[in-house]
Amino acid sequence: MSLVLITTLITSAISALLAGAIVLIDSFVNNYGLVKITINKRKTIEVKGGSPLLFTLASQGIFIPSACGGRGSCGVCKVKVLTDVGAYLPTETPYISKEQMKENIRLSCQVKVKKNLEIEIPDELLYAKKFKAIVEKIKNVTYDIKELTLQLIEPQTIDFKAGQYVQLSIPPYGKIDQITQRAYSISSVPSQKNKIELLIRLVPGGAATTYVHNYMKEKEIIEFTGPFGEFYVRETDATMICVAGGSGMAPIKSIIFDLYEKGTSNREIWYFFGARSLKDLFYVDMFKDLEKKWNNFHFVPALSNPLPEDNWNGETGLITDVLDKYLKNKIEKSKPKEGYLCGSPGMINACIQVMKTNGIPEEKIYYDKFA
Amino acid sequence: MNINPVVLFFASVFTSNILLTNFLGMCSYISISKDLNSSNGLGMAVTFVMTVTTVLNWFVYHYIIVPFGLDYLRYIIFIIVIAAVVQILEMVIDRISPSLYMTLGIFLPLITVNCAILGVTLFMQLRNYSLLQSLFYGLGSGLGWWLAIILLAAIRKKIDNAPAPAGLKGTGLTFITIGIMAMAFIGFSGMIRVQ
Repeated sequence: MSLVLITTLITSAISALLAGAIVLIDSFVNNYGLVKITINKRKTIEVKGGSPLLFTLASQGIFIPSACGGRGSCGVCKVKVLTDVGAYLPTETPYISKEQMKENIRLSCQVKVKKNLEIEIPDELLYAKKFKAIVEKIKNVTYDIKELTLQLIEPQTIDFKAGQYVQLSIPPYGKIDQITQRAYSISSVPSQKNKIELLIRLVPGGAATTYVHNYMKEKEIIEFTGPFGEFYVRETDATMICVAGGSGMAPIKSIIFDLYEKGTSNREIWYFFGARSLKDLFYVDMFKDLEKKWNNFHFVPALSNPLPEDNWNGETGLITDVLDKYLKNKIEKSKPKEGYLCGSPGMINACIQVMKTNGIPEEKIYYDKFA
Repeated sequence: MNINPVVLFFASVFTSNILLTNFLGMCSYISISKDLNSSNGLGMAVTFVMTVTTVLNWFVYHYIIVPFGLDYLRYIIFIIVIAAVVQILEMVIDRISPSLYMTLGIFLPLITVNCAILGVTLFMQLRNYSLLQSLFYGLGSGLGWWLAIILLAAIRKKIDNAPAPAGLKGTGLTFITIGIMAMAFIGFSGMIRVQ
């Protein structure tokens, strides 16, 4: 008995002593004191040094988008660092091109704040905020896409441009022990300021979408940051060619209904929505109604693989083929055109090719890829 | 064991090199030696950990393990001490050189279970070295490991471009090289007996 006691005591005492030494040295070695970060030469914040730039900025209410939540695996949280912070780390190099290196672009989750820094970030990020919201409604729009309505609690309103996205914070659940952050486009219109609507497709094995589909309950409190993104309508008179697939519907829906609500645009709008069969198609009635009310708007849903029981008499074939057919035969050729695409990288790349061959310049094609 | 500490130091660097005569610490030796800079960093880290842990474990052995009759616990206690020193070293390297920290990657925490480090501590205890002898033995073995990995990294850099049969390139040639290096080092082991 005494043997067990002595063994436990001695092992614990040695461990405690060494742990104490580690804590002491940690507070000494990792103490970088107060550090100043100058943002866009305008704003200076004073922060405690020692943490990665991404988290330090977040602690000050400046949210750099990051799809992986700061683990250096998505390469999204890029920031221009004007101060010398040392060589590029092996964890950064896969995500930063040679041109970006020349401009001192770094991954903010990998750069530690150790001394005074000067950084540049897009102005809009300075205004992105953290929001608390209540899950008002979770509705199935197809067998694998849910429409999520979030009622804002704090702050109570949001300002965004149609087409932008937010980063949803998914709380730990099941075997996932950390907060997961994922980006989703807002599908509601900007005029509705106290609520946002998101369309979330279940990705098999996806940490965030599994939570939304299987664990999230109505009345639950959830946090998100935003708005972010460069995908929004450019104010020109060019004909808009919108193409979406699956939950790529979200930003396009927001853009189209925003333009309709404002009523100021005389632009012609063509919206091509691609799906496999009828069970993947949604919001068709909503857009058909809009088509009736609004002469400028044309909605073309297309099925690539309609089932016999679908009784489908609309367009069939790959969305790229349908798009090509319309660009060649139905859409007026003389007017300038702009492309707005949202969906999988494969679909977007294929659509860009079709648009280019039909004379839409690449710099006039805007897209939001689901990476 | 009345071997002169200075003699012990040189013996552990050259004639009784922990890596090339006892074949301890081989996994990180082979993986990291692809790159000279990382080898240098890891060599430095191993030397530091080896020296500090051998001395610390000498104190732990003589002032805790022996008086309390805890010989059966020596492995776990030695490893706890090594783990703590590695943890501290990690923090220091992260502060001083983040790029070295990232390059060493998993091999830095793996020093904790590097058998060369525990091996040196156990040899120190088994051969009943004095404090001074332990210090010189730890430091010498660390420098010996560092020397061995630098030599291998340099040789590998050279033979990377050598016209070798395809099947031998990479690991095959590395093993042959290590074998020849070991023979060269062991060749002098008769000069001093450290056992």
